[in-house]
Amino acid sequence: MNDDLSLDTTRRGFLGLAAGGLALSAAIPPAAARTVQTSARIVILGAGAGGASIANRLMRRLDGATITIVDGSDQHWYQPGFTLIASGLKSARYAISGTGDWLPDGIEWVREDAAAIDPEANRVVTEGGERIDYDYLIVATGLTLDWGAVEGFDLDMVGRNGIGAVYAGPDYAEATWRAMDAFTDAGGRGVFFRPPTEMKCAGAPIKYTFLTDDYLRRKGTRTDSQLTYVNHSQALFGVPVITEKVELLMRDKDVEVHRHHRIKGVDAERRELHFETDDGDARFEYDFTNIIPPQRAPEAVRQSGLSWEDRWQDQGWIEVDMHTLRHRRFPNVFGIGDINGVPKGKTAASVKFHVPVVEDHLVAELEGREGSASFDGYTSCPLITRVGRAMLVEFDYEDNLVPSFPGVIAPLEELWISWLMKEIALKPTYNAMLRGRA
Amino acid sequence: MEEFSFRTIIAVFEEMFGAGLFWSLVVIAAMITVAFIYMLFRDRGLDSRRLVRAELAAPLGGIAAVLFVQWITSSGFRDIGGPIDWLVVLGIFVAGSIGLMLLVYVAQAVRRPPPRSESATPLSRE
Repeated sequence: MNDDLSLDTTRRGFLGLAAGGLALSAAIPPAAARTVQTSARIVILGAGAGGASIANRLMRRLDGATITIVDGSDQHWYQPGFTLIASGLKSARYAISGTGDWLPDGIEWVREDAAAIDPEANRVVTEGGERIDYDYLIVATGLTLDWGAVEGFDLDMVGRNGIGAVYAGPDYAEATWRAMDAFTDAGGRGVFFRPPTEMKCAGAPIKYTFLTDDYLRRKGTRTDSQLTYVNHSQALFGVPVITEKVELLMRDKDVEVHRHHRIKGVDAERRELHFETDDGDARFEYDFTNIIPPQRAPEAVRQSGLSWEDRWQDQGWIEVDMHTLRHRRFPNVFGIGDINGVPKGKTAASVKFHVPVVEDHLVAELEGREGSASFDGYTSCPLITRVGRAMLVEFDYEDNLVPSFPGVIAPLEELWISWLMKEIALKPTYNAMLRGRA
Repeated sequence: MEEFSFRTIIAVFEEMFGAGLFWSLVVIAAMITVAFIYMLFRDRGLDSRRLVRAELAAPLGGIAAVLFVQWITSSGFRDIGGPIDWLVVLGIFVAGSIGLMLLVYVAQAVRRPPPRSESATPLSRE
């Protein structure tokens, strides 16, 4: 018998091939980051996505620095997972880990939140009264959900009588799923909205509207239901081309859209949401809703003098240069993540790109040179359109679409691969980011 | 724009599976591949009977790989939306097929070493 696929081979050849492979693998260079000698005192406020990531990177890059991270929470929350939890696809545990799990050896972790920041004196005071002096400050506190700004609302209401609050935390997201599950069993009026302030992941309210629509359809109760999306302004999304697509999807899914409505409060007994409009107040009756409150900088930041004075006065985001993320008035202060007063991107995806920019400028300064890294406003949102499909929208300050896989994954197409990224690949990527490895 | 380096991809896979499981899987896959190549050298070529049996098993590996991915996600075939999604399914199928084909070939070769007389016919002879 004569084989078509046979090779003229010898054992010696095999060993040669194996040796070549070993040589090739040895040729891959090891981690290239150069360490810098410094005695600088660096304080990081917040051990969330931004704080943990920059802590790991700085610990690797700096030799001799005193790095202190200030955060009173024992739990780290994987916030991009909240939507999956509130859709019944993951349990609350999916988003919960220990803050300390992500912090590098050698860092000093002060287990309290900051109560005051004095950028003139280069000092932070914790809630327990501990004073921490710094040479460099990295503000990565995240933001505060202002639940008190929604009249009549209390977090104890979540999970009952048609009230959800996906943003409130993993347990509340799970309670929201119970309310959404009960609602979609029976059908009725679902009312969704977003707050009038800047907010983290502006796509999330839209995703959750679409996911509720999907469950109604799967359960055969969509025809007996009305879904309404109430927007604070004219545009449903901050990027025009994505807004057009979202408008199309809203029409396709038969979601009624109202604009220029700003949330005021909720009447849980009468199941009514109250909004303020240019023409007076408006009320929407609901059987299910997802409460998303106004979002602001934490009080300690708002009182510190680090906030913009002429922009976002009611919200207090810090005044950083939009490209270097360095404070415009206090050059030894940097910002990472939601706290930054920049035009776009309160997402973990933006954090991933803030971190190397801050690392570059801080390390460069310690070396006595100028940093060169620049943040272009990149952010991304796997905009889920139903369980199993999403659009991987990525954009920058200029409203350009900046796909990571141009020509492969179309940004405005509802795709399974984009869902797989959200469901399977995103959390490992996020975790790698926390460890400073992605 | 997102930029991926080889190091980033390794870090992500380590987080996805856990470093221990990930590197175990890499080592197992590498061992099967190396064993396959070793068999080619040992037997001085491909054995056509083994190859045909391995090829018959290959689609099972492909189907198993596709079903495995469906099992670990909350999605299903109904969610396939565009050409890239079909290419993903095809890629998973091909990867599973090749993996099982190599495994079946190696398993046969290990169980039954060729007789001293040549069982495989090289393209050219020394």
